[in-house]
Parts: sequence; C-alpha cells; structure tokens
Amino acid sequence: METNPTSEIRDPRSAFGGPLGAAVDWIADFGGVLIDWLIGLGNIATFSLRTFGWLLVRLPRKETILPNFYQIGVLSLPVVALTGTFIGMVLVVQSYVQFRNMHLEAKLGAVINMSLVRELGPVLAATMLAGRVGSAMAAELGTMRVTEQIDALVTMGANPIHYLVVPRFLGCLMLIPALTIMADFMGVAGAFFYAVYLLGIDSHHYLENSRHFVGNFDLFVGVFKSLFFGAAIAIIACYRGFNCDPGAEGVGRAATTAFVYSFVMILLLDLLLGIALDGIYYALWPEAPKLF
Amino acid sequence: MKIVMVATATHISDSRRPLIQMEGVKVDFGRQHVLRDIDLTVSRGKTLAVIGESGCGKTVLLKTIIGLLRPTRGSVRFDGRNLAELSERELTGQRIRFGFLFQQAALFDSMTIAQNIGFSLRQHTNKGANEIRNVVLARLAEVGLPENILGKKPAELSGGMRKRVGLARALALEPEIMLYDEPTTGLDPIMSDVINELILSTRRQHPVTSIVVTHDMRTARKVADRVVMLYPLPRLRADEPQIIYDGPSDRIEQAADNRVSQFVRGEARERLMEMRQLNGR
Repeated sequence: METNPTSEIRDPRSAFGGPLGAAVDWIADFGGVLIDWLIGLGNIATFSLRTFGWLLVRLPRKETILPNFYQIGVLSLPVVALTGTFIGMVLVVQSYVQFRNMHLEAKLGAVINMSLVRELGPVLAATMLAGRVGSAMAAELGTMRVTEQIDALVTMGANPIHYLVVPRFLGCLMLIPALTIMADFMGVAGAFFYAVYLLGIDSHHYLENSRHFVGNFDLFVGVFKSLFFGAAIAIIACYRGFNCDPGAEGVGRAATTAFVYSFVMILLLDLLLGIALDGIYYALWPEAPKLF
Repeated sequence: MKIVMVATATHISDSRRPLIQMEGVKVDFGRQHVLRDIDLTVSRGKTLAVIGESGCGKTVLLKTIIGLLRPTRGSVRFDGRNLAELSERELTGQRIRFGFLFQQAALFDSMTIAQNIGFSLRQHTNKGANEIRNVVLARLAEVGLPENILGKKPAELSGGMRKRVGLARALALEPEIMLYDEPTTGLDPIMSDVINELILSTRRQHPVTSIVVTHDMRTARKVADRVVMLYPLPRLRADEPQIIYDGPSDRIEQAADNRVSQFVRGEARERLMEMRQLNGR
C-alpha cells in the first residue's frame, strides 16, 4: 500500500515510540484539556465580574428589566407549583410504608417537610428554572450572537452585558426565592393532602411534629441556597449564549450545555452550602442534636 | 498600500485629517490568518467599496474598523484616535458616530420596528417619546417604508424591508460614517438597486463617509468613488500584499492584475483550478 507523503509528518509529541510515546501523548492531551478548562474558567469568572460590575455602576431601565422578570418569575410559577405538589405527594407515597411498619407514620410530616424546605424545594425550583428559563436564555442569546444582534448592540453604543445579562441575572437572583417558597408551600400542601386525606394520618400529630422539627432556620437555609442557584443559572446560561458556536447546531448545544452545567452546579453548590450552613447552625446552637 | 481619498465634508473641526487610518493591521483567529498588512486611509465624505470573494476578510475588516474585533497587530485610528488606546466608555463614544448596516440587518427580534429604529435615540439622547417617534417616522420615510410596519416584529418583514429598516436604524443618530456589510446580498435585482439608491441618497442628504463591503460589482460601480480589492490569504506568498487593487471604481476593468479582471468579469475557471490545486486534487 502506498503511503501518502503527508502521513510522514509526525506529531513531535510522538517522537518517543512505544509505551513512553503513549504516555507522553496522554500527558500532552491531558495538559491541553486542563489548559482549555482553565481558560474557560477564567472567561466565565471575567464574565461574572463584568456582570457584578454593572450591577454596581448602573442598573438597566425598567422597560428592560420587567419583561425578563415576567418571563423568569411569573411564567415559571405554574410549573414550579405543579412539580412541587407532586414531589410532596411522591415523598409521602415512598415513605409511608416504611414509617407505618415502625408505627411512626405521625412523624412523616416532620421528615417530609424538612426535606422539602431544606433540599427539595430549592433544588426543584432551581432545576425547573434552569430547564425552563436557563435553556431559553442560552438559546435566545445564542441566536442573537449568531445573527449578529449582539454585535449590532455594541455598534449602537450599548453594552451587551449591561443590556442583556444584568436584567436576566437580576431576574433569576430576585425571583428564585419566591419560586422556592412556592415549591416549598405546594410540596408541603401536597404532602399534607395525600397523607391526611388519602392515607388517613392524623392531621394534628402530622402538623404538630412538622411544627416541632421544622424551624425558621430550615426555611432560611433553603431560600439562602436558592440565591446562589439563581445566580449560577443566569451566569451559566448567559455565558453559554454569548459564546455560542455558529449555526443552528451551536444554538442547540448552547441550550443543552446551559442546562447540564447549571444542573451540575446546582447540585455542587447544594452540597457545599449544605455543609457550610450546617457548620453555621451548630456554631449558633451547639446543643442541637448531631448525627455524629 | 494606501488608499487616500480627498476630503470634502467639513463638519468636523479638522477636516483634513483622514477619518480612518489602518496601519499594518493583521487579524488572526487562533491559527487562522484573516487579514495581513492592511494599510488603508479613508478621508471624509467619500464612499469606498471593499470587494473580494467570499471568505477574504471583508467583514472582518469592517468589524475591525468599528472596534468589534481587535487587530492582532497594527493600529486602527478613527478621527486620529487609536481605538486600542481607548477605554470602553471612550470607545462607546466613538462607536455612536458610526452607523452599521449588517449583512442580515441584525434587527432585534424581540422589539418592534419602531423600537428597533428608536433604540439608539433612547440609549444616547434625552428625547421624549414624541420626538423619538418623529425621528423614527422621518427615517422610515427616508428609506421608503410605510408607517403601518412600525408595530410589526422583524420576522414579519421581507428581506428587503429588513435591510431598509436596518438602514433606517443605522441612520437614526445621523452618523458621520456608515459601514455597509454586503447590503445587497440575497436581494432581487430591483431591491438591490433600491438599496444602492438609498446608499447614494443617504450620502446626498447627510454629510456621511461610507465604506461598502460587497461582492456585487454593480453596487461597487454605482455607489463607490474608489474600490479596494482584497484577496484571500492562503494563496499569497509571504511578501504579497492582501490588497491587490486600489483605485477609482470606473477604472477597475483596466486593472493590470489578472485576478482583479477575473473577479470583475465573474469568471471562475482559473480560480476553480487554483482551488483544486490548493486542496491537492
């Protein structure tokens, strides 16, 4: 078989033969990926800082902010309420048998409401926001990038971060606590309805146990975490949109990666904030019961 | 290679100073070299056409002039000020002296036509709603569009109408310099000529300097005083300039360079053979 002359040109990394060459290639590839990752991290950090900078310098006009608030908050409310209700009910369905076997079904309210308020409410609201709003923001901004609308904004003397990112960031940051409280409320209501009216658990004990175990700090933990989730969703979605690859495929990929990265970031932040807030809780109330 | 055009408009204090000066401009995207050693001077009040085949860097040249892209090397001066030395705020101040008509018009999808045309007026002036509406109506009339489209979204308009709205939007702040990126691409011959006429009438009505990027020779001949032809980089030897023609638009047929005359005549046979050779087939 004849050899194409161009195939004689070898990658200098492969100058070493055998296993050593493979190891050198692997290290070089790994280094390349690491450098790309670091560049990406630097870019998103710069993007975030520019967004925060504009928050301090000048807020966008009311007519720019309000449509975003409507899109992010008002239109997300039904879907967050609906999923919150179902999650509350599903928790009861899944836990009831085990609790009944231990004759602890009256304690169900405490466990379910604690899970909803501290974890599931904020994470669920954030996930719905990332899916419904984050992807749409990435696709919209990506389309604007591909069709030169962002360039047009710059040529007309408007700063695209100030005009496009800041209103979306503010919308996500300020409205996700409301969505979280809605998810909490509907989840608690859905769980109560299923437990009391369909499974026949005594409502007095169900509510009394909930009231005894779930405190204001738990509600605060959920809402506080949601602020970080909202900020992460907005930054990731807008960054993916702004750095969209050309064409329809690029826009689609921006929307998908915006959701995937947001979801991973929500879970990572949930873990880190959960650990940090637990530390704060035990620092404030050292006599509180501990797991270990 | 420099293109120096004689100044005519005098609405700026120092009218002898060239409005745009590019010196040794090189633009790379990673390993891809797009522009190299571009020396270009554009004086006030004239219209320059930049021609060349697709992918030769015409749009990149335009975006470098307005500061959307930063040159890898060299400098771009607008009215004597080096764009690379300006802060973001100062650059914004300079940019609003430009009007830019994008290839696909780049109208904001989420806004109505009225909001699109009035956008820069809302951003950069203290005009009230009525004043803005009057300016919008005047610009709309200038480009020959009816008033009843003001409430429509860009998606509801045809390509030619979108281009004209884009032109009206670009003219809203009465810019000193208009940049046109492929203004007639994708339009039928009549609508192409409507756009050409609008470029000419814009120049008559406003003391504006224009740079028109196009591969349409009809447009170049009709609207430009002078023409610059760019040639794509891969074919060039290291010492060969990227600008292979500069001169009056009505003399381009007599250009000595064979590549220019082939482009003007629209003959592709030799170019196709060259491209096949380059790709090793």
